[in-house]
Amino acid sequence: MRDARGDVKRPIGLRLWLSGGWLSLLVLAALLAPWIAPQDPLAQDLFTSRLPPFWEAGAEPGYWLGSDSLGRDVLSRIIHGARLALIVALVAGTLTCVIGTALGLIAGFYRGWPDRIISRFVDIWMAFPPVLFAILLIAVLGTGLTSIIIAIVVIDWTRFARVIRAEAMTQGAMDYVASAQVAGRKRMGTMLTEILPNVLPTIIALLTLEMGIAVIVEAILSFVNLSISTDSPTWGGMISEGRTSVHQAWWVLVFPLITLFLTVLSFSQLGEGLKDRFDPVLR
Amino acid sequence: MTLLRSILMRFLSTAITLFGVAVIIFVVIRVVPGNPIAMMLPPGATEADIARLQAQYGFDKSIFEQFTIWLGGVVQGDFGTSISLRQPVSALVLNRLPATLELSIVALIIAVVSGGTMALTGTRWRNTRKEGAIDVSTGMALSIPDFLWGLVLILLFGVLWPVFHISGRISPALDIDFTTNFYLFEALLRLRFDVLGDLIGHMFMPALALAIPLSAIIAQLLKQSLKETMHLDYVTLSRTHGYGEHHVITRDALPNAILPTLTLVGVQFTFLIGGTVIIERLFSYEGLGNMAIDAVINRDLPLIQGIVILFALIFTLVNLAVDMLYVVLNPRLRHA
Repeated sequence: MRDARGDVKRPIGLRLWLSGGWLSLLVLAALLAPWIAPQDPLAQDLFTSRLPPFWEAGAEPGYWLGSDSLGRDVLSRIIHGARLALIVALVAGTLTCVIGTALGLIAGFYRGWPDRIISRFVDIWMAFPPVLFAILLIAVLGTGLTSIIIAIVVIDWTRFARVIRAEAMTQGAMDYVASAQVAGRKRMGTMLTEILPNVLPTIIALLTLEMGIAVIVEAILSFVNLSISTDSPTWGGMISEGRTSVHQAWWVLVFPLITLFLTVLSFSQLGEGLKDRFDPVLR
Repeated sequence: MTLLRSILMRFLSTAITLFGVAVIIFVVIRVVPGNPIAMMLPPGATEADIARLQAQYGFDKSIFEQFTIWLGGVVQGDFGTSISLRQPVSALVLNRLPATLELSIVALIIAVVSGGTMALTGTRWRNTRKEGAIDVSTGMALSIPDFLWGLVLILLFGVLWPVFHISGRISPALDIDFTTNFYLFEALLRLRFDVLGDLIGHMFMPALALAIPLSAIIAQLLKQSLKETMHLDYVTLSRTHGYGEHHVITRDALPNAILPTLTLVGVQFTFLIGGTVIIERLFSYEGLGNMAIDAVINRDLPLIQGIVILFALIFTLVNLAVDMLYVVLNPRLRHA
């Protein structure tokens, strides 16, 4: 089918390139971390403690972005920290998306008692302060990667369920869904083949946004010392250490903060950009 | 009759939500490993000492029994006794509540004023570079959560150009003998401008960090509904009467465009209050959220329960208030 709507397609845009570029760089850094990191991210050396970044007086070669109070290389820790950040983003983001979308679709398309139960749980969840809930869950589950992922899924499924429920309700009321029903499709089949493709752009935008949020939640949990053990470098852990010594060594806070900032911004911009690309009406 | 019925249904629904929060929080924190009682006692305490204290706090009973006892107390306003601070939970929580409320309200004011200004500016100069600049900055402000804005502000105004305090609520050296913990409000009433300045110096950065994402949401949404309203006939009519662009936007378009924004601001305000938990931690601000994190770290079960229920109560009350305000402001519902 070819009609005028095809001409509406907008150019991919600078922000999609910039955000995609930064995220690809991170993926590369995470995959190649042991080979490209200039130093061992855990090696402590009091002779190299609080070295400034390379352009300042007193910097040492090999410690491009300086070192922290224990003499660990900031750049190497950021590169190794990308591994954990991306694992949390991908795994927690995808799981939250799948569970939240499934519940949202069921509530919005089937209505009736499944909707009443799911919506009641959404209401209850919305009455919890999310950060406090996350901290509480980690206290219960114990620290570690799995606990963080579970905590993010448990807190954030409502974000998908709420939006997808509303979208599924709108789509469900449209003529094309009715005609699929008249044509003798099963309800489940209609939901998966008619409703799902039409809410896909929203799902994708929410998913990339959620990946950014997952990275932030991990950073927040590291900040209150409830994330992964101190053996593995995390951006949140670095920020937490940097916050306490910001007057003596600003670079310990600034570089992981810039990394986190760009990553979260890229995830959300990527989502906005991809949303247009996947929109069946605009495609 | 139908109005009364819908109000009653609304209260019932709120009560069910709060009950659900209480059940979930109660069950979740009782799965916490680590014995909170053992942490209170000196290392040499005997098994009998532990058992005696556990009985005192009711931890030897089943979860169901503990819940009914706790709920019975809550109905009478008794939230139990904090394990780590050994004071009634209700007193501790009410002591901290004013700090969090003041922070949230100041943040809300900043968000509404700056978001509203951006929306009006963007509408006044629509389809120009000014609008483009506003769109780009609100898009960015929206993508970054309060926690990161807080850190950025600490770097800017705490380190690079140190004009604001980066921790605490008030300077300890200040002599204050206020009767309430609503320091900001009371300083205003008593015209204690030294205290007021100090409070604002402490509160500015955490409040701004909380306000930035919300102000971006307000700016985007209000601008969109303003632009839609600008095409309506009654606005055109006002133009033909010779009113200027400024008058048309603020007097004619704004009152109608504000309604959709209002509903959303209600939900977003609860998110903002939820954000105080980590922002208070980041700025060592002595509010509820900071106390909540300490309570989790100390496994202080009664205190955690009390704080979570209070947050849930505030959230549901905010939503209720927004719904009421919507009815008051919407001319179509006013006489229903």
